[in-house]
Amino acid sequence: MVTNEPGRMDRRQAVAQLVAERSDALIVTGLGSPSYDVHAAGDDDRNYYLWGAMGGAALVGLGLALAQPTRRVMVITGDGEQLMAYGALATIAVANPANLDVFVLDNEHYGETGMQMSHTSRGINLAAVAEASGFVETALFRRLDDVVELTQHRSWHDFTGPRLFVLKIHAEPTQRSLPPRDAVLIKNRFRARLGLEPN
Amino acid sequence: MATTKQSSSDWPARVYERLRQSGVTQVGYVPDAGHATLIAMAINDAEVTATMCTTEEESIAIATGAWLGGMRSAVLMQSSGVGNCINMLSLPVQTRTPLLMLVTMRGEWAEFNPWQVPMGQATQPALEAIGVQTVRVADPDAVEAAVAQAAMMAFEADQQVAVLISQKLLGAKQW
Repeated sequence: MVTNEPGRMDRRQAVAQLVAERSDALIVTGLGSPSYDVHAAGDDDRNYYLWGAMGGAALVGLGLALAQPTRRVMVITGDGEQLMAYGALATIAVANPANLDVFVLDNEHYGETGMQMSHTSRGINLAAVAEASGFVETALFRRLDDVVELTQHRSWHDFTGPRLFVLKIHAEPTQRSLPPRDAVLIKNRFRARLGLEPN
Repeated sequence: MATTKQSSSDWPARVYERLRQSGVTQVGYVPDAGHATLIAMAINDAEVTATMCTTEEESIAIATGAWLGGMRSAVLMQSSGVGNCINMLSLPVQTRTPLLMLVTMRGEWAEFNPWQVPMGQATQPALEAIGVQTVRVADPDAVEAAVAQAAMMAFEADQQVAVLISQKLLGAKQW
C-alpha cells in the first residue's frame, strides 16, 4: 500500500477546503470514500451522496447543472468511479455546462474493495483526458497548498467550466464518516433546499 | 369523406408533443434510427436541452440529476442500450426518482441481424428484474397514449417506466 508518498495530499484536508469554500454550490459525491470525505466535512442538505451507481456521479452532476444553470455544481468523486465513466468526460465536454466542476480524488487505488491499483497508477491522467476531451480548465494538484490557492483564486466562483481537477491524495485508509443510506431522504431534503416539492 | 385523422406514421411527432405537454425539458439519447425523428425534434427545440451520450447508462444518471434540480427528462434508446443501463437503473429505482424511458425494439420482429436478438429478447425481463415497469406498444396509434400514461406514472407517481416500442412500427432495416 502507498502511504504518505511525497507529492500527495491528505484527502480529508483537501475535501474540507473544497467544502469550506463551496459558497452556495450543490455537491454530488461518488460512492465510497468521497461520500465519507464530504460527510466528514459537514453534513448539508445541499449534498447529494451516492452509495452506488458507480460511474454516475459526474453525470448526475451534469443533469443537475443543466437543470440549475444559476447554481454551481461540484462533483467530488474518486479515480475508480470516474474511470468507470470515461465516456462521461466526452459527454460533459460536449454538453459544456459552465457551472459544473468535477474533482477527482485520485489515490490510484480502489479503496472500498481492498486497495487494488487503478489505471491512474499505471499512467492514466484523468486531467489530461478531460483536457483532450474539451473541458475548459483542467489541472492536476499534488499539494494542499495548490487546492487552497485554487479556492482563493478570483475565478473560483465564476462559471467558467466545465472544469476538472485531479487531486493526488494518499492511499492510506481514513475513518469512515457515513452519510445516510436512505436515498429517498437524501433526495427529498436536497430538493426541498432548492424549493422543490418532495419526490 | 374528408378526414382529419393523423397518419399512423407520424407517431414520433405526436409522442414529442406529449412529452412537451408532460413538462419534459431534457432529453438524453444515443443516436438511433428508430428515434431519429424524436431526437431531431429535441435538438431543434430551443426550450429543450438534448444531451448526446456515449452510452445509454449515462442518460439514466443525467435524468436523475435533472430531476434533483427540478427538471423532467425523457431518455431515448434502442433495446440493445437497455443492457448497458442495468446497474445505473439502481439509481432512479433506489432514490425513487421519476424515469421515463422510450425504447425502440430490435430483435423481436422481422429482425435480419441475429446479434440483435439476445438483448432484444432480454429487454423486458431485464428491465422488470431491476425494478422498471414496462409497457409494450405495437400499434402506431397507441404510442401517444402509452407515452402519456407512462409520463404520468413517472412524474406524478414517482415510478421508473419504460415504453417498449415494437419493431413492427419501425419497419425492417433497409440495406
